[in-house]
Amino acid sequence: MTTATTDEGFVVFDHVQKSYDGETLVVKDLNLSIGKGEFLTMLGPSGSGKTTCLMMLAGFETATHGEIRLGGTNINHLPPHKRGIGMVFQNYALFPHMTVAENLSFPLEVRGMAKSEREAKVTRALDMVQMGKFANRRPAQMSGGQQQRIALARALVFDPELVLMDEPLGALDKQLREHMQFEIKALHERLGITVVYVTHDQGEALTMSDRVAVFNDGRIQQLAPPDELYERPKNSFVAQFIGENNKLPGTVESLEDETCTVRLQTGELISATPVNIRHVGQDTLVSIRPERIEFKPEMMPPGAHMIDAEVLEVIYMGDIFRTRMRVAGIDDFVMKSRNTLGQTRLHPGEKLKIGWHPQDARALDPM
Amino acid sequence: MTDATSQMITTADGKPLKAALAASLAVRRRRAFLLVAPLFLFILISFIVPIGQMLFQSFYNDTFSKNAPALVEWFSTHPEGSEIDESAYAALAADLAQMKKDRTAGEAGTRINYDVSGTRSLFTSTARGADKFKPPFKEAILQVEKKWDNPNVWRAMRSASSPFTLDFYLAANDLTRDESGKIVPVAEGQAIYKKLMGRTLMLSLEITALCLLLGFPIAFLLSSLPMRKAMLLMILVLLPFWTSLLVRTTAWMVLLQSQGVVNDLLVWLGLVRDDHRIQMMYNETGTIVAMTHILLPFTILPLYSVMKTIPPSYVRAARSLGATSWTAFRRVYLPQTLPGIGAGGLLVFILAMGYYITPALVGGADGQMISNMIAMHMQKTLNWSLAAALAAELLAIVLIFFWIYDKLVGIDKMKLG
Repeated sequence: MTTATTDEGFVVFDHVQKSYDGETLVVKDLNLSIGKGEFLTMLGPSGSGKTTCLMMLAGFETATHGEIRLGGTNINHLPPHKRGIGMVFQNYALFPHMTVAENLSFPLEVRGMAKSEREAKVTRALDMVQMGKFANRRPAQMSGGQQQRIALARALVFDPELVLMDEPLGALDKQLREHMQFEIKALHERLGITVVYVTHDQGEALTMSDRVAVFNDGRIQQLAPPDELYERPKNSFVAQFIGENNKLPGTVESLEDETCTVRLQTGELISATPVNIRHVGQDTLVSIRPERIEFKPEMMPPGAHMIDAEVLEVIYMGDIFRTRMRVAGIDDFVMKSRNTLGQTRLHPGEKLKIGWHPQDARALDPM
Repeated sequence: MTDATSQMITTADGKPLKAALAASLAVRRRRAFLLVAPLFLFILISFIVPIGQMLFQSFYNDTFSKNAPALVEWFSTHPEGSEIDESAYAALAADLAQMKKDRTAGEAGTRINYDVSGTRSLFTSTARGADKFKPPFKEAILQVEKKWDNPNVWRAMRSASSPFTLDFYLAANDLTRDESGKIVPVAEGQAIYKKLMGRTLMLSLEITALCLLLGFPIAFLLSSLPMRKAMLLMILVLLPFWTSLLVRTTAWMVLLQSQGVVNDLLVWLGLVRDDHRIQMMYNETGTIVAMTHILLPFTILPLYSVMKTIPPSYVRAARSLGATSWTAFRRVYLPQTLPGIGAGGLLVFILAMGYYITPALVGGADGQMISNMIAMHMQKTLNWSLAAALAAELLAIVLIFFWIYDKLVGIDKMKLG
């Protein structure tokens, strides 16, 4: 058992590896420290190892190698029921043979709490998710959103310091999902609990989290607050996975500390911000966010890089126009412009010059 | 149009909507009925009719009444307690003479024989000379057979004179009527049915409990294994279904008899002395072991189909909420398997209650069940009415358990597969 060091986080993954079959690693050398009261999201495509990490933290899987610490104590061999971690499951996992009140009372009963105290806590937890009227319903008699609230209340009713959520909003429709995101976030702030949230929905991750850990191939690709993740992705996987990105392949021509020049496949030279460029002559993908591209000269930021483009398709999306263009031989270069009063409507076939600030063009590793 | 809806809704061309709907559905309904008609007929002919016939026989037996019309007439005009006078013997003589002609004395005698043993021969021997009886008939008949003045014979004939009788249900419950017609228990040594019914119930409950106890872990294993392995194991579970019941029962005989494989092994291991081999066959143990094995798949299949639908996240949720693995099993997993436990248990119990071949082969004297007794009355004593009464009682017990199950668990929750 290691003792807690002062600067260590509340939850610590220390060189954790996990293999199911002894041949391949699902989680490859995971190091992660989660602070007390933090809302951390594990984001990644399915099979990236994020759920396995959550299961190891909850105690349903054991780490093949490495240590998981909770509050400074190694919990590798602590059975799930002694960890005191609240968990919300993807399918809610409300016990179908119990009423809502019985479901909520269950964790208190197994802790040997007195009846009066149990009832008070159950009522409080139900009120917290505005479900006080539903105490005597059975889970099957409620909608998905209502079940979700009950599942949330059940995970919180025994006052855990850490709550795990495994894609809890996956089964809800879009509107309800967005509403629940705010509610979960508000609960997190009000109760001061630590939340580890697993999702494959990047929008969810960005809106709710203090920090997001992007998983791919059993590794954390980037661990950062949402804005940094979106604006300064560290590699092309993160750039692709979070939001939409235009990518222009090319070769690094010159490299300085803050800028680099990239020769695109069609011969144009553009300047970009090097992110993980190691040497001149290296292949690279320059990524640019569609909403950072301008086509009206008066709106162009100073020092913008200009390039020729041909409009291929304009899609009206209500709040924005999504314009697909041919740029430097690439056919799926996308520009998003706000649908403001007096916005110029582009038409397919139109030729124009577009531009962006070199800071918004990030030269990343080729995938 | 708005006015029309308040009175009667009609189609566009003015026909009432309800009639139009019925007409449009009639063809479909007729076709659906034609599809199930063969099965319906089959069930009616092969199931409902025989069971109805059986139930009818348990309280209707006309073998005496139809062959002794004169006696029936006499009993109807002379109430219970009347003196058995010359007119009664005259009726008896007339009936016996007719029986001789029709060769039905044995048939009629058998019916009376159910109540007073030894009367079948009384009928046949007296009927032999029945056409030669001259008045006064009482003396003439008593001269041939002294036993005819036994009041029990006359009481039995009186009760048999009506084809409708509850006597067989009395017999099935070890009851009989004494001289005065009062219902009393039969003599100590003759009471067998109630004890046998009790033993059948006990054995069935024991076998059901054993099947559930053994089947539950297997079903759980099957439901938690990956599909491919589960299918392999499932074949092993189903394998007994492809083997003849007789072969399986005989295999148990080979294994369990006192010179059998298990005893030989125990002797060889030195656990049992050669002259003290364990008696595992031809008693209750044999019946329980063999029937548990044979009925086990009937618990595994419904349990498996229920467990398959329980996602692992329930138990995980319970564990994360602070329950030990035992509490999670008891409070969360087990209640959700109840429909399977109920279905499997009820199925095995019903099958066990009526099981015949296995107890007949391996049961010996102690391991016999009520079905063996029913079979005996069907085949050996030819007392079909008693067999029917016993079978009806068996049916009633099964239905009572069904009802209890419905009250406790709810029949709609049952899941057979």
